[in-house]
Amino acid sequence: MTEQLTHIDPKLFEILETVSDPEIPVLSIVEMGVVRSAQMVENVAEIVITPTYSGCPAMDVIGEDIRLAFKQKGIEAKVVLVLSPAWTTDWITPKGRKALEKYGIAAPLEAEADKEALLGNKKLVKCPQCQSTNTKLVSQFGSTACKALFQCEDCLEPFDYFKCLK
Amino acid sequence: MNNNLIQYIYGIADNSLILGQRLGELCGHGPSLETDIALTNISLDLFGQVRSYYQYAAKIQGNDTTEDTIAFLRKEREYKNVLLVEQPNADFAYSITRQFLFDMFHIELLNELQNSKDETLAAIAKKSIKEVSYHVRFSSDWMRRLGDGTEESNQRVQTAVNDLWVFTDELFHQTDADKAMVSEGIGVDVTQLKQSYYHKVSAILEEATIEVPKIEYFQKGGKQGIHSEYMGYILNEMQYMQRTYPNMNW
Repeated sequence: MTEQLTHIDPKLFEILETVSDPEIPVLSIVEMGVVRSAQMVENVAEIVITPTYSGCPAMDVIGEDIRLAFKQKGIEAKVVLVLSPAWTTDWITPKGRKALEKYGIAAPLEAEADKEALLGNKKLVKCPQCQSTNTKLVSQFGSTACKALFQCEDCLEPFDYFKCLK
Repeated sequence: MNNNLIQYIYGIADNSLILGQRLGELCGHGPSLETDIALTNISLDLFGQVRSYYQYAAKIQGNDTTEDTIAFLRKEREYKNVLLVEQPNADFAYSITRQFLFDMFHIELLNELQNSKDETLAAIAKKSIKEVSYHVRFSSDWMRRLGDGTEESNQRVQTAVNDLWVFTDELFHQTDADKAMVSEGIGVDVTQLKQSYYHKVSAILEEATIEVPKIEYFQKGGKQGIHSEYMGYILNEMQYMQRTYPNMNW
């Protein structure tokens, strides 16, 4: 796993934790690995975020939500979007992965396993409802850019799988 | 140099814009719900990448230029996309074949662009390549399924390949902006990608039991802004809102 260093001021962390990804409301943007740094620079909170997918429509909303969350605490926030280093699913925190599973989205596998699963070669994706790995790929593209659609062949429940991005 | 860089960015980004627009036409019209969602997801990825390129081009250009004026207010001749991406969604086989022929080029291009001396272009390429590898997987998978499917699907893909093949050579033509950017270590020398492209494309076509066309005459023009008859209609639809209600915002 590539651990990317993030510099988040602990005082700002609490506020950032209240902002969630509008498409996956159970996950804060910190757990998502979207926040790359947060510092106070002369009374202004400078928040650096990076998009999950280039076309992710949630990014504009996330930027707005950050500014709003800070405004409510009386702090002005400046949001900067950076592309490099590119976001990877490795940056989703362990807490974030658990939240995903609980919400009904299968968390991303490792790169190699992900490839096998998305090519339909191996059954590796675990159903978030009944934990069975007897699942099948329905479509490589799901409800949002970051997800693929799977179905459990035991409990028959369709579910989203968060695609591995490295 | 700045103008060359801007033209170079258009040369890359316009392909994704026009292909994204073509894919967007299929929203709600895909042959199945899953393929409909997949094609529009790909479209969304491409638009996302385009925004990064255009924002960068707008920054270099300065004045009142924005990503939106670049996307919506240029004239047909100012778009530098290849002819391949403007070809219509005649049927599902055409849409998939067009996607496949472009994806295979796109990934090779991004793979090289990652090493560009221009940090912004390198960052966009690094970001995009992760997304485009999913596109390649999707389109090449469908080429195999359709080609090696029923007699009908095989024949339709073969027709699409035969018709679209004529637009592949242009992918590897160098413009003046290309040459200038290659010499600066910013741009990718597309002529170097040609052999590997045809090799990989042919291998997948073979798996798909599709015959590789053997032709000597190819179409070109898009990179110079000389487009096929389809382009005007695409722009007409794409630019309608900005032309009718100037400066409108969501």
